[in-house]
Amino acid sequence: MQVEMKDQINAVVGRYQTRRSAIMPALALVQESVDRLHGDVLKEVADVLEVPEIWVYEVATFYGMFNTEQVGKFHLQLCTNVSCMLAQAERLLQHLESQLHISKGGTTPDGLFTLSTVECLGSCDTAPVLMVNQDYHENLNEHRIDELLVQLKRQAAT
Amino acid sequence: MPKLTIDDREIEVPSGLTVLQACELAGVEIPRFCYHERLSVAGNCRMCLVEMERAPKPIASCAMPVGEGMVIKTDTPTVHKARKGVMEFLLINHPLDCPICDQGGECDLQDQAMAFGFDRGRYAENKRAVKEKFMGPLIKTIMTRCIQCTRCVRFSTEIAGVEEIGLVNRGEHAEITTLEKAVDSELSGNLVDVCPVGALTSKPYAFTARPWELRKTNSVDVMDAVGSNIRVDTRGREVMRVQPRLHEDINEEWISDKTRHACDGLGRQRIDQPYVRRDGKLVPASWEEAFGAIASKMDGLAGEKMAAIAGDLCDAESMFALKQMMNGLGSENLDCRQDGAKLDASTRAAYIFNSSIAGIEAADAVLLVGTNPRWEAPLINARLRKRFLASGLKIGMIGPQVDLTYQVEYLGAGGETLKDVAEGRSSFSDILKNAERPMIIVGMGALARTDGGAVLALARKLADEFGMVSDDWNGFNVLHTAASRVGGLDLGFLPGEGGRDLESILDGAGKGEIELVYLLGADEIGMNNLGKAFVVYQGHHGDAGAHRADVVLPGAAYTEKNATYVNTEGRVQLGRLAGFPPGDAREDWTIIRALSAQVGEGLPYDNLGQLRQKLIEAHAVFAAIDQVQPGSWTDFGAAGDLEAAPFASPVANFYMTDPISRASDTMAKCTEAFVLGKQEGATGTDG
Repeated sequence: MQVEMKDQINAVVGRYQTRRSAIMPALALVQESVDRLHGDVLKEVADVLEVPEIWVYEVATFYGMFNTEQVGKFHLQLCTNVSCMLAQAERLLQHLESQLHISKGGTTPDGLFTLSTVECLGSCDTAPVLMVNQDYHENLNEHRIDELLVQLKRQAAT
Repeated sequence: MPKLTIDDREIEVPSGLTVLQACELAGVEIPRFCYHERLSVAGNCRMCLVEMERAPKPIASCAMPVGEGMVIKTDTPTVHKARKGVMEFLLINHPLDCPICDQGGECDLQDQAMAFGFDRGRYAENKRAVKEKFMGPLIKTIMTRCIQCTRCVRFSTEIAGVEEIGLVNRGEHAEITTLEKAVDSELSGNLVDVCPVGALTSKPYAFTARPWELRKTNSVDVMDAVGSNIRVDTRGREVMRVQPRLHEDINEEWISDKTRHACDGLGRQRIDQPYVRRDGKLVPASWEEAFGAIASKMDGLAGEKMAAIAGDLCDAESMFALKQMMNGLGSENLDCRQDGAKLDASTRAAYIFNSSIAGIEAADAVLLVGTNPRWEAPLINARLRKRFLASGLKIGMIGPQVDLTYQVEYLGAGGETLKDVAEGRSSFSDILKNAERPMIIVGMGALARTDGGAVLALARKLADEFGMVSDDWNGFNVLHTAASRVGGLDLGFLPGEGGRDLESILDGAGKGEIELVYLLGADEIGMNNLGKAFVVYQGHHGDAGAHRADVVLPGAAYTEKNATYVNTEGRVQLGRLAGFPPGDAREDWTIIRALSAQVGEGLPYDNLGQLRQKLIEAHAVFAAIDQVQPGSWTDFGAAGDLEAAPFASPVANFYMTDPISRASDTMAKCTEAFVLGKQEGATGTDG
């Protein structure tokens, strides 16, 4: 781990009463610079924070936004919680699976897309919702998804 | 004190209790999995649901504090339905493998499914399966059975003080893991007890017995001087396992791994018949031959040429009988301090844990001197940790630098530092001075050395100086490592008038001034120092003592005799016979009684009752079972200079400290995993 990263984490620690509380922000920081949060990274974070390794593991594996497995360039996270489900999210999931030729949780062979389902993204009024990396795509249907995929592929090519 | 109504009965309970605790006080049983009275509240199993008036739905009673005027109902259709529902959810992913599960017959899930569950399953889909985890040589995991109550996580972080177990992933995928590391705690065996299902079971005990075929005998432990209360489970005369028994003042409901798992050593390396050395070799002999050999050696031998040394596991009765026999033969050369500790038996206050173990929970500053309580007395260490977590107990440490699972101010290594603290030159002196109930714990690492007497005197002076002794508080504590030690000091198994102590006995044996040495289970002395002396070894294991002996007499181990032990607090406790000793071996006092008749010093008792009567007549402390008799606070210790050498803990390897644990296969595996730093290969499959 880079020295700057360690400094950044240590700066975060100061904002909390206990070092344990800094695990989430520290993981979020580290995730920006690594492919995935694998065991060695978690160990290093634990060492910097001076907390037991298992605490970092618990947090990293609990939250969906921490990627312990490698994800593609675009992480497609489709909400399948109640509102989105009522708005046909499950049909969209099938559509995405058939378009990308992967199943839920998989990554395309070219490493561009990872498809996963998530619980409520907090945007029920615009259901169904898909989150691509940090961006929301709302009021979706099959046609808009096709457009989105084309756009993303083009973006990747440039 | 809030008043509430539980099942139409009014009850007043202390405030701060939970509804579940109030129900228990009212005599109503509430089913639970995650709740454990000695751990923090998790509230995640939902089994303890009860109905509360004016609440829209059932509440988790373990996490709800009592309030004035609450109306609780535990026996309504709603509650029954709720429990049935929770039970059904818990069983969705729980395998139906009770017939091959070691928890079967003593499983909370099994029992509660019978009492509160539905009579058939409605779940037809696939159950989840979870990989096994590696938790070291003592704990076997079958993680598919886990119901995620997190009792093990809470036990290891809160009681044991090792943050190595955690719950990873979420929801349906949640599982308990250790990151494939052995649980490095002396209390890890208790994880098996806190687990309400068969997910964590005892590895050494796996598939050996069912709870209903075991005979249970309440007894006390001798693996350290804590005197943990145990239950010995036997099948036939074989000890299958050792379980803890509740004693709030000593071990609460925990025991150490050595107490629990050294019992397989009781079946190995046993001496099951007498031996006599002929032409340099020990050959099997009859009792008559063995006694004859001793009698002919003793015949005409002056008393001062004989000596006796008692070992660490001896009971009070056998030491008393041996003392009477030796005194009768004219020998005053007795010692029960086989580590050479300079203990002063002039007053009881000088050698017991005066504050009592439970008293630790009243202390506000502790000075540890020459001890590693984590290895010498894991349950006292757990008590210290409990107090540390509850109140931020200030702990100073002089001696070995070790991780005790709580925060310690390390002051120094040896006598020089102790002197600094005593004379107010150390930062810790102020902490002791300002404390209301300060205490000092002096270990054998500080006393079992040539300047031990001087250390004892300095510790006493320090106790006086910092107000550790008052009318209602005595914070001067000696932490013993041998179960027999306080009993031996109480009954005076010590050099009499003009008698020799351990050092002098060994010296005399080397020079030929001592011609006969009687070792009562004494294996930890330097056998090479015994010179040409004729050695009688009475004990239960073929260890160092038997190896050196000229005559070996087969005795009984602690599970094989009714006997009295006194723990480090000075608490007199009774151990009970759980299974008979093997072969020709006999209870120890009977051997001495029989021998005494052969050598012309017949002892005046023919059964245990008469022996105990005589013991109590001579030493009144033995009359008060499970009580602590304090001693008067008089001068003790010896004058002298302190040496520069650092205090070292007498326990070099927690898992092997006595003949029983040295013979134990399980303890050997623990030594390999935790002491030698090697670990068994982690596997993801069964076994």
